[in-house]
This record gives sequence, structure tokens and C-alpha cells, in this order.
Amino acid sequence: MARHVVAAVGEIAPGGRKLVHVAGRAVVVFNLGGEFFALGDRCPHKGGSLSQGKLTGLVESSAPGEYRYSRRGEILRCPWHSWEFDVRTGRSWCDPERLRARNYAVSVEPGARVVEGPYVAETFPVSVENDYVVVEA
Amino acid sequence: MNVELRQPLAAARVKPTVIDCDIHPTATLADLRPYLSNRWWDYLQTYGERRRHGFARSYPYPKVTPRACRRDAWPPGGGLPGSDVDFMRAQHLDHYGIEYGVMNPLSPTGQGEQNPEFSAAMAAANNEWQMAAMTGREPRLKSSIVVPYEDAQAASAEIKRRAGNRDYVQVFMLSRTSEALGRRRYWPIYEAAVEHGLPVGIHVFGYSGWPTTATGWPSFYIEEMTEHATSSQALVTSMIMEGVFERYRELKIVLIESGFGWLPALGWRLDRNWKRLKDEVPHLRRAPSEYIREHLWVSTQPMEEAEDPDHLIEVMNWIGFDRILFASDYPHWDFDDPFVALPPNLDAEQRRAIFSENAKRVYRFA
Repeated sequence: MARHVVAAVGEIAPGGRKLVHVAGRAVVVFNLGGEFFALGDRCPHKGGSLSQGKLTGLVESSAPGEYRYSRRGEILRCPWHSWEFDVRTGRSWCDPERLRARNYAVSVEPGARVVEGPYVAETFPVSVENDYVVVEA
Repeated sequence: MNVELRQPLAAARVKPTVIDCDIHPTATLADLRPYLSNRWWDYLQTYGERRRHGFARSYPYPKVTPRACRRDAWPPGGGLPGSDVDFMRAQHLDHYGIEYGVMNPLSPTGQGEQNPEFSAAMAAANNEWQMAAMTGREPRLKSSIVVPYEDAQAASAEIKRRAGNRDYVQVFMLSRTSEALGRRRYWPIYEAAVEHGLPVGIHVFGYSGWPTTATGWPSFYIEEMTEHATSSQALVTSMIMEGVFERYRELKIVLIESGFGWLPALGWRLDRNWKRLKDEVPHLRRAPSEYIREHLWVSTQPMEEAEDPDHLIEVMNWIGFDRILFASDYPHWDFDDPFVALPPNLDAEQRRAIFSENAKRVYRFA
């Protein structure tokens, strides 16, 4: 397990995402209103590329004719079969215990700390003035 | 089909040879321009398409994704999913090692069009376009003969015109037709198909002009998708009961994208009723399920899901492992990935049959 610097904070806008490769794995990093989350790019259902999915909200209903819409922009739909995943946890909505996208711990670290290490950032220029998104993988 | 791959077996890990029996190529109306006469091009500009439903420029039910396609299937160079043969080659044919891909064009093809002559002109144009834009540039892709099936004489003429070219491997129809597909008005299509040794592929959807269910238009897309199982049962029942398979004993029907979990139960139900009511249909010489067994093929995408994959295999056994063809439905959103689509507990022989051997036989691939 190593800590990988994958982006400057300003590079992924709120609602945005970035596909990165860490430790040989494709990982997609999301910015949900300033909080960062990372999921494996491979859908656990049939392997679609989650980085190309659509972010949507959660629609729930307690009875026919009623609905609640919440968590706008926090639910990812696979670009293939439209399975829904919670970006915060990677869990699928339909089968949360068995089908979950791999999720990775993400933190935001100041450049001053990043340059001290130990971080993996071979191909990534780091400056002390910026904050960076760090993925553990 | 969505059986999860929890414990992949050795057989599932071997990269299979794949013949994909359902790939959708996409033309725009402008793409068809070179193959339409000035008369029909001007007609199209003036009057547009007139399908047998109320949404001439759209679908009766909105799809879950734009154009019902995988979101990653839009060619990076522009254009619609299924329109760019180079991108299709890279993303699908090469990536999965597809040996042959049977193309089933859905629109614009003139199928279900109200104006019969325009319908025939559009079908012919799509057939020419398939050859020029796709099959002629990628020999692994094979074309279907789009026919204007509501005018069976015109459809028969179109089959005769194309059948000499072995790059056309089947006659192509849709499942929602203005009358039940066993009716005699459609028989010239079956006759021409048999005469030229071609199977008839019937893909779900279409523009019948009738509501999608016997009680009208349902509320949701999920209902429309599920309904294909019932309309497919109706068309199979009609073809058997009208005596199509008695009249055309060499006829091969490939049901595309209709699922198949319903098929064994339909056979049992028909057999039971036939034993009691066969004097109504004296032209049937055998039990209905025997016609199903002899004349029908089914395709995999979308397979019904079973919580226990063994249940699905049991259904496949009832249908026969020699009757099931692999289909991906590329580039549509409910696409099946050949690497993981089939239940992991099929043995190597069953996988080979579904992935390639059955398609080789029914489509006469060398």
C-alpha cells in the first residue's frame, strides 16, 4: 500500500472526475462538492468503465405516488447497464453487500507535506504552494 | 444477461472464438443519400418518415441512455455509435476477437414505414449502405437483408436481389408487425428465404401501429423491454399455428434479443392445448414444441437472470445447446461482454456451441 499523488486539487472541479492509474490500476477520482472519492474504474457487474458513467441523484420511494430525490451528483450510473453506485462507498444500490465498486482512501495533502514524502508521484510535478489529491493503493 | 461472475472457472478464462449475432450498425439519412433515387430523396425531404406509430422522430418509450447506447460507444472522431467501422473494429471486433459479426440495422431502414414504395426504397438503400460502409470495409462484418416486410412481394424481390452475395447472411425483420407473423401475407418472405437458403432473423422492437401490450400502452420503458417476451410468444405461436413450418420445412427462424426463458414453457403450453384442440389446426402434423425444436434459434442477449445460474442452464438444456447463439447487442446500453456474459458453469463444449458452432451452422459460415 502506497500513497499516490494523482492530481492538484484545483484540477478536478466540484462535480468533476479524473481517471488516473495507480499501482497498475485504473482509478477514477471524483470531487463531490470539495470532498474527494476514488473508485476502481471497472464496474463489478460486467466490467464497464465507471469513469464514463453519468453522475445522478438518488430516487427513493416509500409508496407508489411518492418520491424523494436526494444526493444529487453522488450516484454513478455505469455507462453500460446503468447499475447505480454510491460514489462515497462504491456500493451498488441494487445489491450493496455483494456488488460494490472497489473504493480507495483519498486525502487532500498540502504540497509542503507531499514534497517531504513518502509519496509516489514520479510523473507528477508537485509544488509547495498547492494542495494535492492523494490516493492510497 | 447479468449472472454474476463470482467464481470464474477455467473454461470461462479461455479466450473464446466468438461469432456475434447482434451488432447494430447505424446510418444517418444523409448516409443513405447515395443509394436513394432523386425521387425518394426529395420525398424524404418533403414528407419525412412515417412509421406506424405516433413518434415519427423518436421512440415510443424514452431510453435509459442517449440513442439507447453504451456511453463509451460514441466514436471519438464524431458520429453516432455504430456508424464508424474503424472504431467498431477497435472497440468491439478486435478487442473481443470476434470472428464474424452479423449486423442488424434498426434505423433508418424503412421498416414499419407507412408508404410501401418508400419503405422498399429505404430498405434497399440500407442494404447497399451496409455493404459500402461496413461489410465492404471489414470482412468480419456480415450484412442482413433488410426487407420491407409489410409488403411481402417487395420484400421477396429484395431478398432475390441480394441473396447471391454471401456477405448477406440472413433476412431481417422486426417482431412488432401489423399482423401476426404467421399470416399468409408474410409467406412470400419465408418462401424467398428458404429458396435462397437464408435464415430469417426477427429482432425485437418495430412499428406495428398497435400498442405494445394487449391492454394498451404501458407506462414505463421497463415494461416495454419486458414485453418482448410476450410479443415473441405471440409471433412464434402464430407461425406454428398458421402452418408456416409445414409449408416451409427448411425455414430457419432466429429470434434476436427476445430472451428465451419463456420458450420451454410456451412449448409445454402449446402442446397441452394442441392435444385437446388439434382438430382446429389439422395442418399441424406434429406437436407444436417439435416445430420450435426444429425451426427456432434464440440469441443470448438479453438472457434472463436467475439467482442460481444452474436454473438458467436448465432452461438452456430444455431449449437445446445447439439452438443458442451468442449476441452482444453492441453498441447498445444493454450490451453483453463476451468475456463474462455466459454463466461460468457452462462446460467448454457448451460454450463453443453458443459462441461459434451454432452460428456457423445456421449462417453457413465456412
